[in-house]
Amino acid sequence: MTSLLDSFLIRAALAGIGVAIAAAPLGCFVVWRRMAYFGDATAHAAILGVALSLAFSTSIFAGALVAALVMALTVSALSGRGYAMDTLLGVLAHSALAFGLVAVSFLSGVRIDLMAYLFGDILAVSQTDLAVIWGGTALVLALLWWRWSALLLSSLNQDLAYAAGLNPRREQMVLTVALALVVAVAIKVVGVLLIAALLIIPAATARPFATTPERMGMIAAALGTISSVGGLVLSYHFDTPTGPSIVCVAAVLFTLSSIGSALRHRVARQI
Amino acid sequence: MSLIEVTDLTIRLGGNTVLSHVDFHMDEGEIVTIVGPNGSGKSTLLKAIIGAIRPSAGTVRLRPDLRIGYVPQKLHVDPTLPLTVQRFMNLPHQVAHADVRRALTEAGAEDLGNRQMADLSGGQFQRVMLARALLSKPQLLILDEATQGLDQPGSAAFYRQIEQVRSDLGCAVLMVSHELHVVMAASDRVICLNGHVCCQGEPEHVASAPEYRALFGSGTQGALALYRHEHNHSHDPGCGHDHSHTHEAAE
Repeated sequence: MTSLLDSFLIRAALAGIGVAIAAAPLGCFVVWRRMAYFGDATAHAAILGVALSLAFSTSIFAGALVAALVMALTVSALSGRGYAMDTLLGVLAHSALAFGLVAVSFLSGVRIDLMAYLFGDILAVSQTDLAVIWGGTALVLALLWWRWSALLLSSLNQDLAYAAGLNPRREQMVLTVALALVVAVAIKVVGVLLIAALLIIPAATARPFATTPERMGMIAAALGTISSVGGLVLSYHFDTPTGPSIVCVAAVLFTLSSIGSALRHRVARQI
Repeated sequence: MSLIEVTDLTIRLGGNTVLSHVDFHMDEGEIVTIVGPNGSGKSTLLKAIIGAIRPSAGTVRLRPDLRIGYVPQKLHVDPTLPLTVQRFMNLPHQVAHADVRRALTEAGAEDLGNRQMADLSGGQFQRVMLARALLSKPQLLILDEATQGLDQPGSAAFYRQIEQVRSDLGCAVLMVSHELHVVMAASDRVICLNGHVCCQGEPEHVASAPEYRALFGSGTQGALALYRHEHNHSHDPGCGHDHSHTHEAAE
């Protein structure tokens, strides 16, 4: 096993699969709750965390996690207080990214590595990284498993959730923490700019083939896994950047799924 | 004690005082309707009762172990969320299959179990919402503008279903509605709300109260005349209450 993990390609594949499996069910909630921009803001904030952890020589994972968490909590706190949310999220997402990039530029010697944090550096995943990624994935899946039904009902309607004795704001907090975790573990794989893609695209691709929320989550996980491995293979053969290649495969799958679903509807109408 | 005791309730939302010094109570088996113009705090009062909004002052007390079935205003199911009626009925807790069937049947939605929530018509959707509210065998059914978006026959059919449910289960019903002529006729007590309780009492009393007339004009006089007429006869307890179709005609 150890010798198998020595191969950087195997490690990269395992890292990609780990992130895809965590991102898929969470991505479903992002899609159902129309939180796409929320995911962006959280992910972009992570670059600020990366800059800080480089400056203070702490773990990149911890820095990104804290920054993502702070951003996600800020957005959660502001939501439902009468702000125009899409505007606010747009402001926060891009400001966080800009401040993060500026902060990184102050650190000498890091500039060359910037691409790795923006677009991921999956081929450089170490065994420690792999442990962190799968640890994060396990945590995210456990959180979602534990709160799944409560989250579903809260996403459907807050008042129904309250009437059932749940607290939708607490459920939102669970999602927020899960999102920050996924962002933190996904930086190494796809980078901050493309994390939201990994959340949203597999979930959106899975939608036409799912009849229940659970199936949508599982199909999205399968599609995310295919995208990760497919992107890795492509990038190995054509020497393309791996993170973007993964997202490209996911996007192609989404297009095929959309066309397939449109054709199926047309056939169904003709019959 | 009463099912609900609301004492001196004040709710401020975003700087606006939505409700001020509201006193309200509900007893077992009662049908109470809250009427009031848009923005009068009707839904806010219901949300305070189910615990979705915290009082700024005053108290909301529910009888311990009170089982509430809540039917919200027409809710939007995002088309990206695949959700069968069956799965919806099992949120947030897994329920025995037989109980789901029973609730769907009581709500007149027995054929809808395998349908997608997003594909239901307005009337079907509200029946499913009612069925879900009935799952807990509620002692109190709360309906918030439950017929919004339904056409006239659709909402009349829905209220018939409510009456059926009530005579089957004997639960109390608290509802908010803008369809005064329909709901007032079926109510034991009407509360006219406009940020505070303007007046309350039996439907006839409220309809003739000057506070109510000031809010709604005298446009519902015809309906009340019909109400008086319809309810002069007495029902035997098992009566199917299928006379309610006459109310809907009185716009």
